[in-house]
Amino acid sequence: MTTTNPPSTSVRVETDVEAPIERAFRVFTEGIATWWDPDHHLLDGELLSMTFEPRVGGHIVDRYADGRECRWARVLAYEPPNRVVFSWDITLEWQVETDPAKTSEVEVAFTAVAADRTHVVLTHHKLERHGTGWESMRDAVGRGWTLARYADAASAR
Amino acid sequence: MADHSRALVALGDPTRRAIFERVASRPSSVVELAHEFPVSRPAVSQHLRVLKDAGLVRDRAEGARRIYSLDPAGLAAVRDYFEQFWRTSLASFRDVANRSHEEEP
Repeated sequence: MTTTNPPSTSVRVETDVEAPIERAFRVFTEGIATWWDPDHHLLDGELLSMTFEPRVGGHIVDRYADGRECRWARVLAYEPPNRVVFSWDITLEWQVETDPAKTSEVEVAFTAVAADRTHVVLTHHKLERHGTGWESMRDAVGRGWTLARYADAASAR
Repeated sequence: MADHSRALVALGDPTRRAIFERVASRPSSVVELAHEFPVSRPAVSQHLRVLKDAGLVRDRAEGARRIYSLDPAGLAAVRDYFEQFWRTSLASFRDVANRSHEEEP
């Protein structure tokens, strides 16, 4: 896996997976709960499910045991097995961002390298739209950021 | 205030963020920007000064004008944050995708 930093307001990460392109796409989207870090959720409490709704206009939804739902991403493009784009409706203070103008976007492109090998490029762009809460993020980054630590810090406020 | 802290405070203003996005996509002079935004030339200059102080844009002289462009160092911290996040996440994704392939009959 390699990472490059273009002189821009985006992050690009890429990797190869040993899987056909259809499977790679499906694991990333509908199978998101199988690989997403269980500590990487916004709300406290027992998580029941994490769902990627496979259509434009759908959401990524976290559902909790007490009935709460957290929709933190909007599916902006859904083009299996080649491309998916979703919004990042999360503030830098790790809360749901309700103003679409302040959300960034994650684009994931899948390219078949061989029958059972797929190149995956993830680009998180429009990062400049996250205009608030930078001090807490700086502190989190400065002490060697992990999300678990960050959640602790955020909930302690 | 540290530079990266100042950067996102600077971007909290919608007009300033719009000017920043515009400068990031194409280096421009104050005059050019004032034509495109519904704010005065002094206001554009003021926004650019805040962006420059925050390390988000830089300027250079080109004849009588100053051309403003993205300062690549400006958003390094927020990029680092998401880079770390996605590098870890994508590694987990790769592991699961590889494994599910092996399990296929």
